[in-house]
Amino acid sequence: MLAQSTASEERKFLELKPFSDEMVVSMGPQHPSTHGVLRLELRLDGEIVREAIPHIGYLHRCFEKHAENLSYQQIVPFTDRMDYIAAMNQNWGFCLAVEELMSADPKFAGVPERAEYLRVLAGELNRIASHLLAFGTYGMDIGAFTPFLYAFRDREKILLLFEKLCGARLTYNYIRVGGVSRDLPPGFLDDVREFIDYFEPKIDEYNALLTNNKIFLERTVGVAIMDEAMAISYGATGPNLRGAGRKWDLRKDEPYSIYDRFDFDIPVGEEIPEAGAVLGDCWNRYKVRMDEMKESVKIIRQVLDGGLPDGPIVAAMKAIRPPAGEVFSRSEAPRGELGFYIVSDGSVKPVRLKAKSPCFCALSALQELSRGLMIADIIAIIGSIDIVMGEVDR
Amino acid sequence: MTTQEIFSRLQSKFEDNDISIETEAVLEPFIVVPSSLIALISEHLCRESDLAFDSLQCLSGVDLSASDETMEIVYHLFSMTHQHDLTLKVIVPKVEPHVPTVEHVWKIANWHEREVYDLYGVVFDGHSDLRRILLPDDWEGHPMRKDYKEPEIYRGMKVPY
Amino acid sequence: MVQQLSSQFLHLTSLLSVETVTPSEGSAPGGNWAQAFASQFLGFLPGWIGLVLVMSVVAAVFVAVVPLVPLVLVLMERKVSAWIQDRVGPMRVGPWGLLQTLADGVKLIFKEDLIPPQADKFLFRFAPYLIFTCSFAVFAAIPFSQRILVSDLNIGIFYIISISSVVAIGVIIAGWSSNSKWSLFGAMRSAAQMVSYEIPIGLSILTVIMMAQTMSMEGIVAAQNGAFAEGEPIITLLGVEVKGTILDWMIFRSPFTFLAFFVYFLSSIAEVNRTPFDLPEAESELVAGFHTEYSGMRFAVFFIAEYANVFAVCAIAATLFLGGWQGIIDEDQFIPGLLIIFGKTFLLVFVMMWIRWTLPRLRVDQLMNLCWKYLIPISFFNILGTGIWGLFFREDSALSIGLSFLIISLFVVSILGIVFNSFGKLKPADQTALAGNIGAANLQKLKTTWNERHGQQK
Repeated sequence: MLAQSTASEERKFLELKPFSDEMVVSMGPQHPSTHGVLRLELRLDGEIVREAIPHIGYLHRCFEKHAENLSYQQIVPFTDRMDYIAAMNQNWGFCLAVEELMSADPKFAGVPERAEYLRVLAGELNRIASHLLAFGTYGMDIGAFTPFLYAFRDREKILLLFEKLCGARLTYNYIRVGGVSRDLPPGFLDDVREFIDYFEPKIDEYNALLTNNKIFLERTVGVAIMDEAMAISYGATGPNLRGAGRKWDLRKDEPYSIYDRFDFDIPVGEEIPEAGAVLGDCWNRYKVRMDEMKESVKIIRQVLDGGLPDGPIVAAMKAIRPPAGEVFSRSEAPRGELGFYIVSDGSVKPVRLKAKSPCFCALSALQELSRGLMIADIIAIIGSIDIVMGEVDR
Repeated sequence: MTTQEIFSRLQSKFEDNDISIETEAVLEPFIVVPSSLIALISEHLCRESDLAFDSLQCLSGVDLSASDETMEIVYHLFSMTHQHDLTLKVIVPKVEPHVPTVEHVWKIANWHEREVYDLYGVVFDGHSDLRRILLPDDWEGHPMRKDYKEPEIYRGMKVPY
Repeated sequence: MVQQLSSQFLHLTSLLSVETVTPSEGSAPGGNWAQAFASQFLGFLPGWIGLVLVMSVVAAVFVAVVPLVPLVLVLMERKVSAWIQDRVGPMRVGPWGLLQTLADGVKLIFKEDLIPPQADKFLFRFAPYLIFTCSFAVFAAIPFSQRILVSDLNIGIFYIISISSVVAIGVIIAGWSSNSKWSLFGAMRSAAQMVSYEIPIGLSILTVIMMAQTMSMEGIVAAQNGAFAEGEPIITLLGVEVKGTILDWMIFRSPFTFLAFFVYFLSSIAEVNRTPFDLPEAESELVAGFHTEYSGMRFAVFFIAEYANVFAVCAIAATLFLGGWQGIIDEDQFIPGLLIIFGKTFLLVFVMMWIRWTLPRLRVDQLMNLCWKYLIPISFFNILGTGIWGLFFREDSALSIGLSFLIISLFVVSILGIVFNSFGKLKPADQTALAGNIGAANLQKLKTTWNERHGQQK
């Protein structure tokens, strides 16, 4: 057993048999549709993929090592850089973990209610922005360029909202431990309402343009089926798990923050025998994201209609010094369950911080999913599991 | 099922006194198991229908301090069927740490274990493809260890700046 | 006699490269004005030298003027895509960005000309010229108006098919010589694709040839100026006799040519490698396909050739099926033929662009399925149908055209009816179901294969 594990250490690259019909191609790290710096080692027989081995780490920025030398408040901007497409949700996930750790401290009063509403507002807007990007880039991966620009047009509106909210367009550093960094600018809620009134009908337009397009269906339906058992075994969460038919969403099943106050559905994949759609195929994974945008709009509308409570936006704290202990906390980020495992020794810095990234887990399934498919299908898989390499490599 | 119940189940099943539970002074109770048993216990936890820990949420290495002789491997388990969770810990020595792999129980363990191997140097026996995952293949040392010294030179580049 | 000679000459040139093709473009009309011009003004020279000189001048003018078409098309593509995508497109260079492509061209000329060190240098340099030459040589046989036609070959359409298929060789050379696996993939894909799609193209053109009973492009245009243009006017509108040339267009001549037009148009999109058939250069899969390694002017040459091809196939479609340079209502019109054929061609090019910026890309196997399982059988059916149609209606008559119109309109109405009726009433989920054609049987198959592959894990 021991000898085997050290032997595989030596095997760094695929062996290529000379005089065979197979060829080894390196796809990435610089490739238009590997969504960043993913490298795939493809062993190809013509267009058929015999083996696709993912190589990651090109965007490894030592987040966990950095975190051990930073105070909790200083770590928040680093979480922005993990999943930079949905930075709000990353901030939120980290802050949830620290707050859970601090809940043992009697001096910590908890997150003010107004801050919780602001977090939901920002988090759901960011979820829409993230899914829009997933939709747009997926269309581009499949070869339709126009949906990409439509998606970016609408994402731009969300980014402008965020710019008003916190001054940043990509790395927000908005959600802080104990609350949020600043209150709403004047007229912000009207802007949000204007945006969702504009955006909600657009989802149907996008469905007509891409989701139900014949060629798009041909390319994605029944391709690379990740069924429920496989998804759970690979730790795939979020839309990837829901696309496999499992109704599982932390916002509903283990509600954190104030999600239990809102009325929304969890979209899951559906089997459409006439179209050939199977639970857990690329199309279902993609479709869940399209449906989730509608649910996010629903939640935002409830926030706006219910009215935000007045009060402070951040809990009064002298210093963020959680008591000794450890916590593993999960939250529902757009790409799945984002977990933070924090070990604290009672100082201002964590002893150990581990980020469990949903993309990392989903990507590990790629090797099994892609076996025997074609090059074009690899692209379809990568797009459908919706990875952000910043989060995979951390 | 609570950690305490699972603990007594495990104790009766494996009849090993090395399995211990920690419930005091921590937010989440956890079970410490000997490294030789982790694969068997994992399999038991995953396959038993009333436990059904079908999901490995996280697998992390923890090095608490440079002066310690030991490190921890922490397994965060979750059951999608029964919606209960469990934390397992394995204590390994810093010198030549070896732990049996749980790759055959949860497929995600493959990459998680590679990451722990990469950053902490823990060798997972029986792992199908134990290579570095985040760092370059020719990196020396395991940087997440507290006693890690960064190299002076990497491929002709000066490292400390 | 001269025509026969020139056609043989041209036939040769389809196998040779740039230097021999250019004179041939001039040589074709030698029978009339070029020879006359040569003998009148260059009489002191031996006859053939004068002819060659005149031909060379014609060819030089031709080669200088025709690349303007791609320049316009590139700008048009950028503007059309911008409008489709809710953008404004290039706006900075010149008024409304009109000079943008010119600026791009200048930039590309000044860029460094990189050749990968491992590339086959001769072939790497040769490929762009081959593609460029073949793309432009096609223009020699397209009649742009009554007078603007470089050569009226008696085998015009045959010449076009043969010379445009040489482009595939150029693409393979480009992909192979780059010594990049992605380029090679692009080249192999495009070879398979171009060779496959040439069959439905050829068969569709054959239906037109059967109707027109000539392979000369000018002859085909003339054949679309038949009974109704010659005969009694249908109505007299503001003193203009509306004779209804449109009814003589090949596309409306019989239901089979109507079908053939769509088969031709679809296949020609594949022939010029545009979405949804842009697999040879699928940027999300193969980076840039066969021209991944090209840069600077060599890349620009590919680019120009691609748009020249787009224009050429659309111009051919306009000539073969849509009456060529003849107007919609009458033959002796006020609008010059050049404008008319450009209008028709640009309309078709616009449709191509519209398709490109709307649809996703097919996969390789689906692409081949579409060609071999659908388009080619339909083409054979067309040929059979055209033959039978020709047996019944030896001459174009009111009956034949009326019948053809009846069938075509029934066809169109029934298709529209099916689409709107069934699609409008369904729930979105069922619409998806209707749109997908993989079907329940396939689902079962998928599940079985899935279980076979992953049976052990459950």
